[in-house]
Amino acid sequence: MIEARNLTKDYGRKRAVDGLSFTVQPGIVTGFLGPNGSGKSTTMRLILGLDAPTRGDVTVNGRHYREHAAPLHEVGALLEARSVHTGRSAYNHLLALAQTHGIPKSRVSEVIDVVGLHEVARKRSGQFSLGMGQRLGIAQALLGDPKTVMLDEPVNGLDPEGIHWVRNLLKGLAAEGRTVFVSSHLMTEMALTADHLIVIGRGKLIADTSVDDFVARASQKVVVVRSPELERLRVELGGPGVTFTDAERGALEVHGLTPEQVGDAAAAVGIALHELSPQQASLEEAFMNLTRDELEFAAELEEAVV
Amino acid sequence: MRSTKWSLFAGFLLTIAFPVIFSIVTRSHWGSMSPSERADRHPLDIALAGVNVAQLAVAVLGVLLISAEYSTGSIRSTFTAVPRRLPVLWAKLLDYAVVSFVLILPAVLASFFASQAILHNVPELQISFTQPGVARSVIGGALYVTLVGIFALAIGAIVRNTAGGIATFAAIFFVLPPLMFTLPTSWNNAISQYLPSEAGRQIFALHHASHTLTPLTGGLIFVAYCAAAIVIAAVLLVRRDV
Repeated sequence: MIEARNLTKDYGRKRAVDGLSFTVQPGIVTGFLGPNGSGKSTTMRLILGLDAPTRGDVTVNGRHYREHAAPLHEVGALLEARSVHTGRSAYNHLLALAQTHGIPKSRVSEVIDVVGLHEVARKRSGQFSLGMGQRLGIAQALLGDPKTVMLDEPVNGLDPEGIHWVRNLLKGLAAEGRTVFVSSHLMTEMALTADHLIVIGRGKLIADTSVDDFVARASQKVVVVRSPELERLRVELGGPGVTFTDAERGALEVHGLTPEQVGDAAAAVGIALHELSPQQASLEEAFMNLTRDELEFAAELEEAVV
Repeated sequence: MRSTKWSLFAGFLLTIAFPVIFSIVTRSHWGSMSPSERADRHPLDIALAGVNVAQLAVAVLGVLLISAEYSTGSIRSTFTAVPRRLPVLWAKLLDYAVVSFVLILPAVLASFFASQAILHNVPELQISFTQPGVARSVIGGALYVTLVGIFALAIGAIVRNTAGGIATFAAIFFVLPPLMFTLPTSWNNAISQYLPSEAGRQIFALHHASHTLTPLTGGLIFVAYCAAAIVIAAVLLVRRDV
């Protein structure tokens, strides 16, 4: 379990994390979402005690990270995969870390096999591809068989098979009762992996909900209808808070009404409907809607697309 | 780290190689040297000539032992495994002190006996290991180099990057002493002896020149400098963000 209370971090005059409070529960996969520059990595560094918070506090399993006798057994973390001495082999890097905790060599071999680095375990890690480096980072996180697993963008640089493997790995770890905290900005991947979401933007908490609630809350009610009498339908349905967009294939997008309302209104005046389907916003749209105002590095995409 | 073994090996070789070379050169030219040139040559200067070179090798390696972790980012892994951080510093200091002393001591001893053997037909340059102060000087050479390594490691932990660490070390040990000569002589005489490098060198000096400290005082002051550097490094290590 990870508990953050009013976590704040300033770097000079820049406030990277602003009053973050959240709890990451065991037994589920919690996704940590935010645009680039929103403070995800900083938050993770604060959890691990690599940086000290300006204000506020964060504990892991009840205590500050540095107060644990065997930190690698409490939290296994992958922050930046390139936290390895380039001259060292993967095996030696993991072995050195294992030795600080009395973790046996067998465990080192075990995690190397789990992440699939057996072939290259004795090569200099400076020669690793991005994917191999990620796998080494994951191996490092798993080394201490930790109660909490914290990964910062673990699927960066992995091929689809690798992404699939990570997804199953995380779900498996959560099913074992561990706390799994994964940061990402890949919305679609989060939708498939996470059960719960913590969303931040510009260092502030935007949402702390289950994935289903997040999508439901952030998406607008959109219904697609097809009917031979679209113009009459428009008149019937029109009102405050209701807008229309022309969709393809002669369909109409109705914003602001539930499917039930549209169906009932059409039935009341005898308009036949050939299609009536609610559009559930994808996680990506939901996320972009919610964080639109909090984008740190927003490109002028709207103009560019037009 | 591959470079560790090579640097230490290089340090070991140089400590012996330079004295051997000087001895050979001195012996072959002895006949043609003037009395004043001969008076300038001292057996211990020759035997411990390698110390000056070894100190640089040892210092560079000392800085690297920490700065390489910062440049490769492995420091994050290290401090994630050991979040209290100080045990890492103590371990590196202790390790390095032991390893470098164990390597350099045989090297200076070998240099002494090798140079004496080479110069066996130059009676003016013969001294015995058991003469007062000689053993202390030779062993002091090893001690000095070890302390230099420790000092450099502490600098590496303070500066946290390789080039800066080496530059800082070079500034203190190689730039500061000559710079003192731009001061008025009385100031120079008063201050220079308290510089880390000058105080430290007294550990292996046989004769007490004017305006220098005694071996014991010089040694203690140098140790104090090292301790101060270590304390600063330790405080910054814990308080600063990684």
